[in-house]
Amino acid sequence: MIVLDILTWLLVTAGGVFCVIGAVGMLRMPDFFTRMHAASVIDTLGAGLIIVGLILQSGFTLASLKLIILGLLIFFTSPTASHALANAALERGAEPLLADEEGETPSSPR
Amino acid sequence: MIYGAVVLALLVTLTLALVRAFQGPTVFDRALAGNAVGTATMMLLAIFQFISGRPEFVDLALVYGFLNVIGTIALQKFFRYGDLGEPGGTEGERR
Amino acid sequence: MSPYRSISVIATLFLFWVVMSGFFTPFLLTMGLLSAGAVLWFAHRMDVMDHEGHPIHLGKNAFTYWPWLLKEIVKSAWEVSRIIVNPALPISPTMLRVKTTQKTPVGQVTYANSITLTPGTISVAIAGDEILVHALTREGAQGVADGDMDRRVTAFEGLS
Repeated sequence: MIVLDILTWLLVTAGGVFCVIGAVGMLRMPDFFTRMHAASVIDTLGAGLIIVGLILQSGFTLASLKLIILGLLIFFTSPTASHALANAALERGAEPLLADEEGETPSSPR
Repeated sequence: MIYGAVVLALLVTLTLALVRAFQGPTVFDRALAGNAVGTATMMLLAIFQFISGRPEFVDLALVYGFLNVIGTIALQKFFRYGDLGEPGGTEGERR
Repeated sequence: MSPYRSISVIATLFLFWVVMSGFFTPFLLTMGLLSAGAVLWFAHRMDVMDHEGHPIHLGKNAFTYWPWLLKEIVKSAWEVSRIIVNPALPISPTMLRVKTTQKTPVGQVTYANSITLTPGTISVAIAGDEILVHALTREGAQGVADGDMDRRVTAFEGLS
């Protein structure tokens, strides 16, 4: 039991760390499209690790199945929502910040 | 208590996402931040099930997840067309 | 409309119902089965239950494609996390158009969603057989342009 607890702790804490990294990225990135990349870290690795950790903790129960459904929900809908947002932003004339030919990093946050 | 660290991390995530939502600058940034807040809230609800020992909270997390997606898509549709009743259509038809 | 698809729809709906309810009395199970049947009937009447609405024919390919996709997601999420925590923030945002080789809309959606699901690349728009991709770094854009994922999704689609 103690091994399972340690494993759960490792997984959920790693997931939490990735969530914080994604949120920090959302603050640091210079424009909307690059912020979306940071936000997708929260949706994939952050949420995924936390859900796997919680499934280990609950074992073979209905709660596990519900957590799996929660994971599938994120797996199928988060790219759809991201694509809709990115598409709408482009359609409404948001100019993506692009690196120039020499591969210089654009530095000016607007 | 094995969930202390992750709950703290998720609260930090929520706070940072809220900062992004207040800063903007575009409405899509705010919608993205709202989406991140929703994901963090889902995770908090799923974890709260184990902290409080009440398995109902994972159902709340599921409902919140569905609302989160529908909300994000409705928001982007409103700010794209200025109207929720617009039929939209595929890229090919609109170009 | 194949009977296999109807059976699969009703089984999926009923399983979902049982997981959500958590009660196993005969009366409630019967009610659940009836609700699943009603939804199946509505879906028939609305004509939404074709190979797009409930793609069971992709089932066996999913077991080879999804693990690979998960591996890619973890790999690229790790890369993006390293970029975020790097104080220099070494990003080089790139837009590029990639050709898709999938035959069906389901295949194209799978490809576009897979691109979006991998952190570091987002599919911004689809027009015809081209996807407009925004990548966080030049390397990520190169990875999409190489077309490894495109080939795997086409194999997952299982037509050609």
